[in-house]
Amino acid sequence: MTQAQLQETANIPALSEEPGIRKWQDYFGFNTDHKVIGIQYLVTTFIFYCIGGVMADLVRTELRTPEVDFVTPEVYNSLFTLHATIMIFLWIVPAGAGFANFLIPLMIGAKDMAFPRLNAVAFWMIPPAGLLLIASLVVGDAPDAGWTSYPPLSLVTGQVGEGIWIMSVLLLGTSSILGAINFLVTLLKMRIPGMGVHQMPLFCWAMFATSALTLVSTPVLAAGLILLAFDLIAGTTFFNPTGGGDPVVYQHMFWFYSHPAVYIMILPFFGAISEIIPVHSRKPIFGYKAIAYSSLAISFLGLIVWAHHMFTSGIPGWLRMFFMITTMIIAVPTGIKIFSWLATMWGGKIRLNTAMLFAIGFVGTFVIGGISGVMLAAVPFDIHVHDTYFVVAHLHYVLFGGSVLGIYAAIYHWFPKMTGRMVNEFWGKVHFALTIVGLNMTFLPMHKLGLMGMNRRIAQYDPKFTFLNEICTYGAYILAVSTFPFIINAIWSWLYGEKAGNNPWRALTLEWMTTSPPAIENFDQTPVLATGPYDYGLENANEGVPLSDPNPVLSAGPNSVLRADPDEPYPTIESELEKR
Amino acid sequence: MKIPTSIWTLLIGIVLTLASFWYGQNHGLLPAAATDEAVLVDGLFNAMMIVSTGIFLLVEGILIYSAFRYRQRAGDNKDGPPVEGNIPLEILWTAIPAIIVIGISVYSFDVYNEIGGFDPHAIHEAPMMNQESMAMPGSAMAATLSDTPPSTEPNLNQEKSDEAMQDPATAAVRNADQIPQLRNAPGVGSVAPTIGGTPDKAGKPAELQVNVTGLQYAWIFTYPETGITTGEMHVPIGREVQISMTANDVIHAFWVPEFRLKQDAIPGRQSEIRFTPQKAGDYTLICAELCGPYHGAMRAPVVVEPQEAFDKWMQEQLVASKETLNQAIAVNPADLSPNEFLAPYTKDMGIKPEILHQVHH
Ligand code: HEM
Ligand SMILES: [Cu+2]
Ligand SMILES: [Cu+2]
Repeated sequence: MTQAQLQETANIPALSEEPGIRKWQDYFGFNTDHKVIGIQYLVTTFIFYCIGGVMADLVRTELRTPEVDFVTPEVYNSLFTLHATIMIFLWIVPAGAGFANFLIPLMIGAKDMAFPRLNAVAFWMIPPAGLLLIASLVVGDAPDAGWTSYPPLSLVTGQVGEGIWIMSVLLLGTSSILGAINFLVTLLKMRIPGMGVHQMPLFCWAMFATSALTLVSTPVLAAGLILLAFDLIAGTTFFNPTGGGDPVVYQHMFWFYSHPAVYIMILPFFGAISEIIPVHSRKPIFGYKAIAYSSLAISFLGLIVWAHHMFTSGIPGWLRMFFMITTMIIAVPTGIKIFSWLATMWGGKIRLNTAMLFAIGFVGTFVIGGISGVMLAAVPFDIHVHDTYFVVAHLHYVLFGGSVLGIYAAIYHWFPKMTGRMVNEFWGKVHFALTIVGLNMTFLPMHKLGLMGMNRRIAQYDPKFTFLNEICTYGAYILAVSTFPFIINAIWSWLYGEKAGNNPWRALTLEWMTTSPPAIENFDQTPVLATGPYDYGLENANEGVPLSDPNPVLSAGPNSVLRADPDEPYPTIESELEKR
Repeated sequence: MKIPTSIWTLLIGIVLTLASFWYGQNHGLLPAAATDEAVLVDGLFNAMMIVSTGIFLLVEGILIYSAFRYRQRAGDNKDGPPVEGNIPLEILWTAIPAIIVIGISVYSFDVYNEIGGFDPHAIHEAPMMNQESMAMPGSAMAATLSDTPPSTEPNLNQEKSDEAMQDPATAAVRNADQIPQLRNAPGVGSVAPTIGGTPDKAGKPAELQVNVTGLQYAWIFTYPETGITTGEMHVPIGREVQISMTANDVIHAFWVPEFRLKQDAIPGRQSEIRFTPQKAGDYTLICAELCGPYHGAMRAPVVVEPQEAFDKWMQEQLVASKETLNQAIAVNPADLSPNEFLAPYTKDMGIKPEILHQVHH
């Protein structure tokens, strides 16, 4: 078979007799359709999120009282180690890849990703890696040196658990490298003719920046972990001080990846929020180029700030100043994004549906994490609060208030596209309200705990902190409860929800110009771009030009708008087939 | 009467500023400040709280205001005005955060210098990246930063470490034959990273020296001038103290919240911090770096007291340590495992037997 034929067969999902109709079985097997893979990613990672969330609540239950009375200290350490590892490597990072998989080809008018098989391979590394990690709990020797796994501690705790942890993270890292290569090539090579980089939706810019960052930083983590594995298994002493190794070198290698990783976790959702806010505010995004370039700036600066995690560890005095300044500078592009979102909402016609509420919640809580981040960059202050609950509060405002709310906003926004059905708005709003209350109740008091002197990663603490810890724990229970309306709503709406039509939000980006859910190869014919992605409020913006127009270039004209009419059902593949 | 927008903006601006200043000064979020350094750090924190409160109120205010004010009214399906950008505005909101972070950086830089972050003594005498680092396993990454040929300079780290080992108590807990001294640590035989002498005291030795060793899950203090070993740290008010610390198993971190100072104690390295206690009281030294299951229990009392009380305590310790030494005279402390060595002290140090059991398993 030629390359082209291979590509053809690769694109036909297993088990489907007709294009456009997918069987539920497709989602459980090796499938190369980017939309199937995207949903596989999202569902799988959400399951891991629930597991990580249960662990978080076990951690919080232990911390309800100052004594160690719920689990043993060893189990406690395993719990927060697994909680963090799962949340980071099995939920937020791959969830971003899930959205990118589903959306990028649609947004740029491509039929699929550049390397569909590689794409599927990248996904299929995740379930075994996750199961491996969780299996370590069952084996009874779970990793318990924290998700940072600093030697020498990680070398003297259980060997099996630590080895499993390294294996699992290496697999997940490989998966995200493969994904990143695919996104970059797709974004660079597969845009429809006529879509220059400045016509790309902002989510694509964000994924471009994220993937570049992944490619540069992940291999360094892999190198660090492999050396750590040698120390652990083969008795070398790269990091082991008993043989003259230097544990601080590990910290450099680890944070060279793991600081950028927080941008890998947040940038995709910056991108998603930049899609959601203009659509539901009915206004063009304010400062398109500023937002696009600020993603690149964040991605570049993200590579030179890692040592701010090591201000109290082994780096020379002057070097702390360098990393303080680079860290501070990141606040500038981040601020640009936040102000641009506010300006987009200002004067708009804001539809306060669940997607938009989560987007507003994202901006509102992320700001708190961002502000405390700038404070942490100030070396003399960080020296006080490093490794305390102030940091735990900061990181959860960023990762929960940022990434997780961003994921929810994106799910509510693209749910109609993914499933062809609307979510129930009432239960969506209940979900939102519970999440916001739970989030702030859990993490706000932690700022004070950290400042007053509660260090992190401890199973027993000074009784004077009991009251605030109780509040945090009850907040965590509310967060656990908050996921139920979401899970039930998502499943119910997927099966029985109101039919969505192709473009229920009257959005302008290309993914809304096809059927919901999109047909196997996305578009009947190559779409033609006649509008920017955010041209809301422009004169003829409401005249839709059907995509299947036999002569789209001519009829669309330079200023008319390519968009599907919300009321008129868009010609589906099925109806097209009937006509033939 | 309709109040013009500019007046509203001005009023809101004034209220915001006042609220920020008030909260920045009255947040009550920090514990007591017990050292000269802590007072400086608190000044920085309060300044950052003022700015943060302002930004927080501004952003949340605009967000909530626009969500209500500009929400879509029933039946209105039109789009908003197609405003796509505004260059002066964008420059403004790039410039304001830039100025704020530069301001915070300059202030932090100043505080950092005041608390001794730039003690030249720690930087000048030893090259930043000792060239022999090439020969050290595990320092490959550091080595690539410099391609100068290996030097023949003496290993200052080793010398300093040997010096500290003269003290038998330190020698007993330092585990030095198992964990060799790194030679590529920057600074004179120390560390890493240091909060050294404040600018006026830089280069001079501190008035009181305390060696601190962290081990799973206890802190051991030795006073080299008197040879005392304790599980409780006492320091006199108003005299500059230098802590030289290391760890003999995994990384620990020295943190007294009321001192606002933290420093990792790393096996194979020596790190140091200097500070001047200011306020009498009983504080707690907390280990702030995950060091195993009983990490949360790794605490030690720290007492800041007037000079006379300190001297009195020192006398008591000298008497007590003679007695302990008499009991243990037959054995060389260096031959004992930390567990055995610590046994006589554990009661005083408040270490529970189950934790000690944990030390060697
Ligand atoms: C479901 C709500 C959540 C709760 C109640 C929760 C709770 C906690 C708690 C109490 C800790 C501190 C453990 C300790 O220091 O002993 C912690 C640590 C952590 N959490 Fe969460 N968390 C939640 C969600 C998340 C999410 C969504 C992420 C996303 C990445 C995350 C990432 C982390 C990380 C990285 C740590 C640091 C662990 C360490 O110190 O090694 N958490 N969490
Ligand atoms: Cu410790
Ligand atoms: Cu510890």
